[in-house]
Amino acid sequence: MSRPQSQAEYLARLVPPSVAGLNRRSLLAGAAGTGALLGTGLLAGCGDDSGSGGSSKEVSLGSNQSDPKPKDVLVKVTDGFKTSSGVQVAVNTVDHNTFQENINNYLQGKPDDVFTWFAGYRMRFFAQKGLAGDISDVWGKLTGYSDAFKKASTGDDGKQYFVPATYYPWAVFYRKSVWQQHGYQVPTTLDQFTTLAGQMKKDGLTPIAFADKDGWPAMGTFDILNLRINGYQFHIDLMAGKEAWTSDKVKKVFDTWAGLLPLHQPDSLGRTWQEAAQSLQQKKSGMYLLGLFVGQQFNNDEQDDLDFFTFPEIDPSIGAKALDAPIDGYMMARKPKNPDNARKLLEYFGGKAAADINLKNDPAVLVANSGADVGGYTALQKKAAELVGSATEIAQFLDRDTRPDFASTVIIPALQQFIKDPKDIDGLTSSIENQKKSIFTD
Amino acid sequence: MSDLPLIQADRAVPPPAATTSTGGRRRRLRLLSRTDRVVITLMVLVPLLIVTGFVWMPAAATVLLSGTNWDGIGPLNEIEFVGARNYSDVVNIYPPFVPAIQHNLLWLAALFVVATPFGMFLAVLLDKELRGSRFYQTALYLPVVLSLALIGFVWQLLYSRDQGLINAVFNSSIDWYGDSNVNIWAVMVASGWRHVGYIMLLYLAGLKGVDPSLREAASVDGASESRTFFRVVFPVLRPINIIVLVVTVIESLRAFDLVWVVNKGRNGLELISALVTQNVVGEASRIGFGSALATIMLVVSLVFITIYLATVMRENRE
Repeated sequence: MSRPQSQAEYLARLVPPSVAGLNRRSLLAGAAGTGALLGTGLLAGCGDDSGSGGSSKEVSLGSNQSDPKPKDVLVKVTDGFKTSSGVQVAVNTVDHNTFQENINNYLQGKPDDVFTWFAGYRMRFFAQKGLAGDISDVWGKLTGYSDAFKKASTGDDGKQYFVPATYYPWAVFYRKSVWQQHGYQVPTTLDQFTTLAGQMKKDGLTPIAFADKDGWPAMGTFDILNLRINGYQFHIDLMAGKEAWTSDKVKKVFDTWAGLLPLHQPDSLGRTWQEAAQSLQQKKSGMYLLGLFVGQQFNNDEQDDLDFFTFPEIDPSIGAKALDAPIDGYMMARKPKNPDNARKLLEYFGGKAAADINLKNDPAVLVANSGADVGGYTALQKKAAELVGSATEIAQFLDRDTRPDFASTVIIPALQQFIKDPKDIDGLTSSIENQKKSIFTD
Repeated sequence: MSDLPLIQADRAVPPPAATTSTGGRRRRLRLLSRTDRVVITLMVLVPLLIVTGFVWMPAAATVLLSGTNWDGIGPLNEIEFVGARNYSDVVNIYPPFVPAIQHNLLWLAALFVVATPFGMFLAVLLDKELRGSRFYQTALYLPVVLSLALIGFVWQLLYSRDQGLINAVFNSSIDWYGDSNVNIWAVMVASGWRHVGYIMLLYLAGLKGVDPSLREAASVDGASESRTFFRVVFPVLRPINIIVLVVTVIESLRAFDLVWVVNKGRNGLELISALVTQNVVGEASRIGFGSALATIMLVVSLVFITIYLATVMRENRE
């Protein structure tokens, strides 16, 4: 999706992603309660429809890829599977947000044999609840995955439950032409970063584009600051509820952020990420910390002007090698109707052929399998793949690394509260900690 | 004054009915065939089942679930009861709760004090048969046919900070939907925009039904316009007033869609209904906690329902 070319396009993008079903990383909910109820019926219905007996030549796939582009890519991938194995794939596509909202009911009802999902806590949660199938045997046949990807596919019990397909890193994006014009250099420490931002302010730019109307983009800022200040392990433990939010380590994250806030675009709570990305596209902002999908807001002829760097180091003993790079992929139902075909399909999804089809047809993502033919990547994609390849640890993003109920009902309002009033860090962290204790009970 | 014709009608009816009632009732009893009885039984049973199954059972289940920490996964017999913990959490450690209650009340007050009287005022004006009153009527009523969700999008075009019409025209940079001091009012304007049209139409219908002779009598007695309205017309509109009251209360409790479309009921737009949805609908739902919020909302609604029922019953008794 590039910059709006017509009035109709402009209007269409004002429809909130929750309703349009365009949200890449949506959280809790999208449609109103009734919509969700309808969706429940829809999902249940899909499961029933696909249950045309355990035919050996069929397998069903529940998909949240409801946007035209990814939906099209998935059809091509399943066609490839059909050709190579002779097994028919019945794809049941459900609106992206509806799918997520109803995943509980879906998995407890009659889910499809294989379904689209995300790595991280979100995957481990359902594995631990016994709602997903163990596919360690499939992993025995997969090649081309780094240990980081295998770790991201492993449940708490050490078995694999997930096949990674695509991912996208989070980094600080900027326009080469703007930087050349002003002679900016990529900063490698926080001091250089703030100095650069100060210079941008003097040059009449908004240093850091920022939006948090939908609640999730600010999580990216929190994640990267926490990863840089306290390191990967502390971040993961904090997300798992094992560390106290009232600790000095967390307060330092908020303190640092409070120092950076004046360099961010003001009034972020009324702005969507698309609007913030457009300020970067229009050369009004100097940088923007976001996922690779920020490129969707740029025209085709501007793609080459887009570049990025990983968020600079804050503590030399921690370095700048960890980052957020959420992985999307596939899981198997706990009791698939066609277990053999489901495994075959997952093996295909994890293989080189599927990765090649993905790569050729969807320029907005990176493929997880390193065996894929990456010659088709743009310069930006190549650089992004290198960045993730050189990362020592990969986090999945806050709402995928912690309990979804905690992320959406506690963290989103808390981060918005912080953005509104960055002074009361003690009150904020103790409020989060109190709620965390109540949620992380079991 | 308005009751007068009704009472007369009532008095006029009973005498003829009394002479035939005894005989009639006996004949009707005999005429009640088996089919009739089956039909009557079904007519009682089916609605009873529907009301029990779709209204009372879910309400009771919500109250029950509010005492648990269920996350929506696993068999029902594994649900763990945690007593009143959800309620104490709601009140003590859940920051959006207090603003949500305040916003709900604020919403009710704004609709009741501003939007409803304004709708009435417009209805009175339009009732004067001004030139082009059809046009105004349509223009004012138009928002009512739109869903509140759609109204959210429409106003987004005006309110967007960077790309909205208001900021573009006045060259300002007010964050209408994002600034928590402003957004509740911005959203209420959008909500009131629709509510005014709704109320106007209800009142217009009522005003059209007022017996012209009442007004004539009032003007013969030398009453002024406003005096006629407040002393003669307004009291006659009593049934409409009650409907308007109920509609206003319902609308203020239903405000959900608009805030959900704007920012999912966060950052200054908290409403109880939005909090319920945030907690209940989702991947790893806090069904117990959300049910506690829903129960609180049920209690709030019950207050208004009780007032309404009491009013209606008193009406019937009179």
